[in-house]
Amino acid sequence: MATGIKDKVAILGMGCTRFGERWESFSEDLAVESFIECLADAGIDKNEIQAAYVGTNFDEVNVGKSAVPLSVALKLPYIPVTRVENYCATATEALRAACYSVAAGVYDIVLALGVEKLKDTGYGGLPGGAARGIKAHMTQANMSAPGMFAQLATAYSAKWGLPMDKIKDAITHVSVKSHANGALNPKAHLRKAVSAEVIKAAPMVAYPLGLFDCCGVSDGSAAAIVTTPEIARALKPNQNIVKVKALSVSASSGEEAMGNTWDGAHFTTTRVAATRAYQEAGIQDPRQELSMCEVHDCFSITEMVTMEDLHISPKGGSYEDIMTGFYDLDGDLPCQVDGGLKCFGHPIGASGLRMVYAMYEQLLERVPDERKVKNARLGLTHNLGGMPHQNVAAISIVGLD
Amino acid sequence: MIGICSYGAYIPRFRLDRKTIFQAIGWMNPGTGALAKGEKALANFDEDSVTMAVGASLNALCGIGRSQLEGVYFASTTMPYKERLNAGIVAGALALDGEVRTADFSGGLKAGTTAMLSAMEALAAGSLAKVMVTASDTRLGKPGSPQEMIFGDAAAAFVVGDENVIAEFKGSFSIAHDFADHYRGQFSKYDRQWEDRWIRDLGFEEFVPEVVGGLLNKYGLKMEQFSQVVYDCHYPAARKKLNKVLGVPEGSEQSNLQAQVGHCGAAQSLLMLADALDRAQPGDKIMVVSFGSGCDALYFEATEKIQGRPTQKGVAQCLGEKMLLDNYTKYLVWRDIMPVEVGMRSEEDLWTRWSAVWRSHKLVLGLCGSRCTECGTAQLPAQRICVNPQCGAVDKGEDYLFSDKLGTIASFTGDMLAATLNPPAISGQVEFSGGGKMMFDLTDCNLEEVKTGMTVSMSFRRKYFDQKRDISGYFWKAVPVVEGR
Repeated sequence: MATGIKDKVAILGMGCTRFGERWESFSEDLAVESFIECLADAGIDKNEIQAAYVGTNFDEVNVGKSAVPLSVALKLPYIPVTRVENYCATATEALRAACYSVAAGVYDIVLALGVEKLKDTGYGGLPGGAARGIKAHMTQANMSAPGMFAQLATAYSAKWGLPMDKIKDAITHVSVKSHANGALNPKAHLRKAVSAEVIKAAPMVAYPLGLFDCCGVSDGSAAAIVTTPEIARALKPNQNIVKVKALSVSASSGEEAMGNTWDGAHFTTTRVAATRAYQEAGIQDPRQELSMCEVHDCFSITEMVTMEDLHISPKGGSYEDIMTGFYDLDGDLPCQVDGGLKCFGHPIGASGLRMVYAMYEQLLERVPDERKVKNARLGLTHNLGGMPHQNVAAISIVGLD
Repeated sequence: MIGICSYGAYIPRFRLDRKTIFQAIGWMNPGTGALAKGEKALANFDEDSVTMAVGASLNALCGIGRSQLEGVYFASTTMPYKERLNAGIVAGALALDGEVRTADFSGGLKAGTTAMLSAMEALAAGSLAKVMVTASDTRLGKPGSPQEMIFGDAAAAFVVGDENVIAEFKGSFSIAHDFADHYRGQFSKYDRQWEDRWIRDLGFEEFVPEVVGGLLNKYGLKMEQFSQVVYDCHYPAARKKLNKVLGVPEGSEQSNLQAQVGHCGAAQSLLMLADALDRAQPGDKIMVVSFGSGCDALYFEATEKIQGRPTQKGVAQCLGEKMLLDNYTKYLVWRDIMPVEVGMRSEEDLWTRWSAVWRSHKLVLGLCGSRCTECGTAQLPAQRICVNPQCGAVDKGEDYLFSDKLGTIASFTGDMLAATLNPPAISGQVEFSGGGKMMFDLTDCNLEEVKTGMTVSMSFRRKYFDQKRDISGYFWKAVPVVEGR
C-alpha cells in the first residue's frame, strides 16, 4: 500500500541564481552557478551525487534536447542524468523525480536542477508557436501566454458576477504586493515597488491584463540536492532539516478544453492536486496550517484564481482576501514572499525549484528580517504548466522536521 | 427542369469609403476623385477568394443537405493556389466527402458564368444532380489607381439542380474574344488595364449587344420580356447607353452594386444575379450577362417555388452587416501592399506539414469533430477516447459537424502580444449548442463589443500565410452574431 512521500526525503542543500536578463550567461553558466551554491549548501562532494534530473523547457532557444548539455556543463561523473520537461511545471517534476528515486531507496543523494535561458529570442514574452507542435499550428487560436490566461478574468467575471473593474482592483493589488516583495530580494529580476496607479495605467497586453499583470521573462537556474532524512541529520546535526511533506501533480484530462463542464474560471488540475497534496501532507485546514506559499503567478489573474483552487480562499471569494492583505508579506498567509514569478522572474524550467528555494530559505531563517515570514514552519509551492484549459499543476509542500 | 435551387451572397463585413482612399492617396492621381463615391467591400485580413466562396456557399445551402451536392465549381481570378485545387478546399470546408466533382474556373472575368453554364450542362446531361457553383474575387488595383477605387471583394454561390428549382435555366449564348482590357500575368499582384475609352467603346458597347442579340435571336425572345437584366459593366455612362441600345425595359436593369460593393471580378454578374433573385417573382425572365475575354448570356425563368422559399442570405442581408474601416493603411497592410513590423515573434518558422494537414482534413477544412455513440457527447477535435469521464468509450465516435452550429462565448481576450495583422488578436472559448467546446480566434468584430454569453457562428478563414513557401493555411474562426448590423 502506497504511503506517499511525506517525511521520506529531506532537502540537503539548495541553490538559486539571481534571476533576470542574464545577457552574459548561457544556460550552462546559469546551471553551474546554482549547482555550485547548492553543492556548497549541501556540504557534500560532487561525486556523492548518484543521479540527477535536469529540467528545461524551451530547448529550441536553450540547451537543445536531452540532459547531456547539462551533465557535461556540471561535469557529472557518468551518473544517470535525465532531462525532465512538463511546461512551466518542469522544475517541480525534476524535484519529484529526484525525491521519488530517494524514497524508493534506489539512491541516497540525488540532484534536481532546473534552468532556462529565455533572453536569446530577441523579443519580449515567451517563444511562441513552434513549441506547441504542428497540430496547434493548424488549429490553435492565435494566443500568447497572456492571451490564454487573460481569459480567466472574463470567465471569472461571468461565473461570479464580479465586475471587471473589481477584478482589476484585485489583480492590481496582487502585483503591488509582489513588486513590494521582489524589491526586497537581491536575487529577484524586478526590484522596484510599483503603485496601483502605475499598474492600472500600464499598456494593455491582453485584456484585462496590463504590462504589470504579467511576470518577468527571465534567465535563471535553481537546484536542490535531496537525500534521506537520516543522511541529512547525520550530515547536518546542528541545523533544522527541511523535509518534503507532499508532491502532487495533476494533468488535464481534456475535459476542461473539450467537455461541457468547465467554467473557464478555475484550474481543475490545481484543485485536484491541492486536495491530494493536503491529504499526503496530513493537512486538514490549509488556510490555518500553511505558513506561506509561492504560487504560479505567471499573471496576476492566475494568482487570484489559484488562491481559491488551493482551497485557501473561498470559491468566488479571493477578492476579499486579496484586498484585505491576507496574502501580503505581513498578512496571515504571505504569498509570493520572494516576489513570485511576477518579480523574482520566470525562467520556465527553473521556476518550480525557485519556489521551493524561497520556502527553504524562510524555513531555515536565512532571510533578513525585512522579508522574513514569522514562524515559518510549512510552505506550499504551486507550479503550473500550460494554459488554463489544458495544463499540469504541480504542488509541493515542504516543512521543518 | 434544371436551374437554380438556392443562392447566397457573401460580402465581407468591412467596407472602405472611397473618400477615405482618396484622402489618403488621391494626391497621386487626382483624376480618381471622380470615382471617390460610395464604398467598396473589403475582405478582412483573414479572408481570400476561397474563404469568401465558402461563406457564400454556406449561405446558399440554406437548408439543403450538403450530402446531396455532387459537384463544387469554383470561379475566381484570385485563387490562392495555382496547383492544389481551390474548389477542393471549398468542398472540404463544406465537409463533402470524396465523391464529388470539383473544378476551378479562372482566367477571365466571365469564369463565374462559365462555371454556372458548365454545371447546367452537367445537370442537363444527367451526369450530376446537384452542384454548388460559387464565384469569388479579391482583385487588387495599385494604390492610387482607378482599379483600387472600382474593385471590391465579394462572392456569390448557387445550388443548381434538377429538383425544387426556383429559377429555371432556359438557355445561353456565349462569345469569346481575346480582348485584353484587363490582365494579370502569372507573377502579377495588381491588375493592369488598357485605356478606358477603348474598353468602353469597343468592349462593352460592342460585345454586350453582340451576346445579348445572339441570345434573343437563338430563343426568339425580345428584350422587353425580361423583368430583370443583369449585365456586368462598371462604367455609368456606358450603362446608360447600353440600356438604350439593348432596349432594357424601365426598371429591369439590375444594380451593379458599385456604390455598395465595387466590381467583384468573376463574381460580379453572379452577385448581381443573387441580388436580382431576391426580388424575382414567379414567371419573371432573368437575363445574366458576364464580361471578360468574351461574354456569356444566360437566361432564367423564376418558378412558383421562388415564393415561400426559406429566407436566403443574399445581397441585401449581407449589405446590412457592415463595419466601416476608416483606415486606409490597414487595408494596405492586410493586402500585403505595405510592409509592416509585426514583431519578431511573427517570424518564427512554422512549417505546414502536408501529411498532417491531410490526416486532419476533416477537422481543419470541415470543422468536423466527433460525437460519442455511447453517451452522445460532442467533442472537438474528434477524440478516440470519449472526453466524458463518465463514459470513456474507445473508438465509438461518429463524425459530427461543428461548422453549422452556433456557439456562445465562455471567455475571451484581445491579445496585443500575439502576432497578427489586425491587433489585438481576439480569441475566446466557444461552447457549441449541442455540446462541444474549443478555443477559437474571433474575427469580424471589435474587442469592445465582445461579451461572454454572446452568440457566435463559425466562419472559414485563412489562418496563416506562409510567405516563404507561399502557403495559405485555413481553419475556422468564430464571428459574433450582432443583431441589427
